Amino acid sequence: MSEQNTAPKETLFSPKNRKLLSEPIGKSNPITVQVLGICSVLAVTVQLRASLVLAIAVVAVMGLANVIISLLRHGIPPRIRIIVQLTVIASLVILVDQVLKAFVYDVSRQLSVFVGLIITNCIIMGRLEAYALQNKVWPSFLDGIGNAAGYGSILLLVAAIREFLGSGTLMGYQMIPNFLYDIGYVDNGFMILPPMALITVGVIIWVHRHRDRGLVDIS
Amino acid sequence: MKALINLVEKVKPNFEKGGRFEKFYRTFEAFETFLFVKGDVTRSGSHIRDAIDMKRTMVHVIIALIPPLLFGIWNVGFQHYRATGEEVAFIDQVLFGLIHVLPIIIVSYASGLAVEFIFATSRDHEVNEGFLVSGMLIPLVIPVTTPLWMVALATVFAVIIGKEVFGGTGMNILNPALLARAFLFFAYPSYLSGEVWIETTLQEGQQLVDGFSGATALAVMAAGEGTMPSDFDMFFGFIPGSIGETSTLAVLLGATVLIATGIGSFRIMASVFIGGLAMGLILNLFAVNEFMAMPAYKHLIMGGFAFGAVYMATDPVSASQTGVGKYIYGVLIGVITVLIRVVNPAYPEGMMLAILFMNVFAPLIDHYVVESRVKRRMKRMQKIRLQTQA
Repeated sequence: MSEQNTAPKETLFSPKNRKLLSEPIGKSNPITVQVLGICSVLAVTVQLRASLVLAIAVVAVMGLANVIISLLRHGIPPRIRIIVQLTVIASLVILVDQVLKAFVYDVSRQLSVFVGLIITNCIIMGRLEAYALQNKVWPSFLDGIGNAAGYGSILLLVAAIREFLGSGTLMGYQMIPNFLYDIGYVDNGFMILPPMALITVGVIIWVHRHRDRGLVDIS
Repeated sequence: MKALINLVEKVKPNFEKGGRFEKFYRTFEAFETFLFVKGDVTRSGSHIRDAIDMKRTMVHVIIALIPPLLFGIWNVGFQHYRATGEEVAFIDQVLFGLIHVLPIIIVSYASGLAVEFIFATSRDHEVNEGFLVSGMLIPLVIPVTTPLWMVALATVFAVIIGKEVFGGTGMNILNPALLARAFLFFAYPSYLSGEVWIETTLQEGQQLVDGFSGATALAVMAAGEGTMPSDFDMFFGFIPGSIGETSTLAVLLGATVLIATGIGSFRIMASVFIGGLAMGLILNLFAVNEFMAMPAYKHLIMGGFAFGAVYMATDPVSASQTGVGKYIYGVLIGVITVLIRVVNPAYPEGMMLAILFMNVFAPLIDHYVVESRVKRRMKRMQKIRLQTQA
């Protein structure tokens, strides 16, 4: 709290802070622009339900990790900062894992190792290194939530496409009417396999760059 | 002919800059160059333009595809009436085949060309010629029972993801026609494996003959039960299978056209056959089951081996470019095909996966072939330099 008192000019949702939230969802999206965290996108997006849970878990871990590292930033010796970051993330992930096991056991089993692998999600440590270590608590929190939301939104989009085309359902509810099956429609089995996740992400990147020409000349 | 040229010249201004249909210039251009070779000449440097442009090359491949296509059309009818046990005239068999094969060809061309034209217009590049061949290859490598909407979907997928995202014809790393088949194979497995090779929708009063089996020779070998067709049947193609691939003879006829016109690479075709034969012989040595002990030459006339070797592996865009590279590429396709067939029970046919797999490796092969050449010449140069110094 003392952090905010020293900078009274900055309101909680000033344009600068709002940008922290909105930019990672669009212009600097961790998946479609920075191409980070791809592995989990390929692995858990077969069903929307699992992706939703993972997205929420990542939002929680990232928001909290950024806050904790930001609070500790003056006390962390630069030499061991990576270890400290990992400890913080790992503790949070264990917490999240326990919560999932307690309340949504079936989803937790479905996500299996991927909850644990949130620790290795490069987006989280990337934001800790790049942002939380240098910035105050509130902006760090927003940055964490924003990036996690950018990651989560792509996760949900890919999962929705894959579940809809691959199984004909969304969140487990049948979406494609029976008469379509009767006249010969068949669910696309390729959508359930990992390669299609990669291609779906590729198409999303394509559409994203087509709409936002500023991204095209990055490399 | 003259009248046609005049007509083209007359409507041309409408499509050029400032004309009424300026937006559709690319569509017009596609049809114009389809009819006539463009009168472009070289204006600088000592270059010679070959009179055969890419559209003409592709037309040669289409001509080479005629024997398997015609045989396939007849075979569709032949297999159907054999399944129902009816004796019908030759012409009825052909008609039955035409009725079932033509819609697939039309759908494949219509959907693929629609995508091509949309991309050419929006990106303002020429309409790519490559699809003339892909559009014919796709119907030939799928079973006749494939639903038409699946054909359309697979074609659109192959053209967009296989070709346009890489920048169009000449830029694709995978063979688009095989990609379409692979898409169908993984997306709708029940429509592309098992007993789907013969059209057995029965009319009033028809019934399947007793003991009828629609399994392919590969499926029979993989399952270890059922009767194998004779070598004669397999070579001439009187067996169930995808529309155009059953007849090794028809494929060889097409191969002679490709080799005579210099369009298909003889090195690739020959080395695919050699690779397959060699791997078959090696497996014979270590045979522990019936499939491994099967005479190696049978691999070459079973399934889509010949078709893949002649029309798919030789695709000039996705194959290796260097001479030595072509041999390596071809032999490995043959070896991997036989390996997938015999060792992996999940995939009865390995040709498609082997070619796609080697398509990915073709640039790597080329890279190392070129590197080794460069190294050898450097060494030679150094030797000469040392000699002159001494």
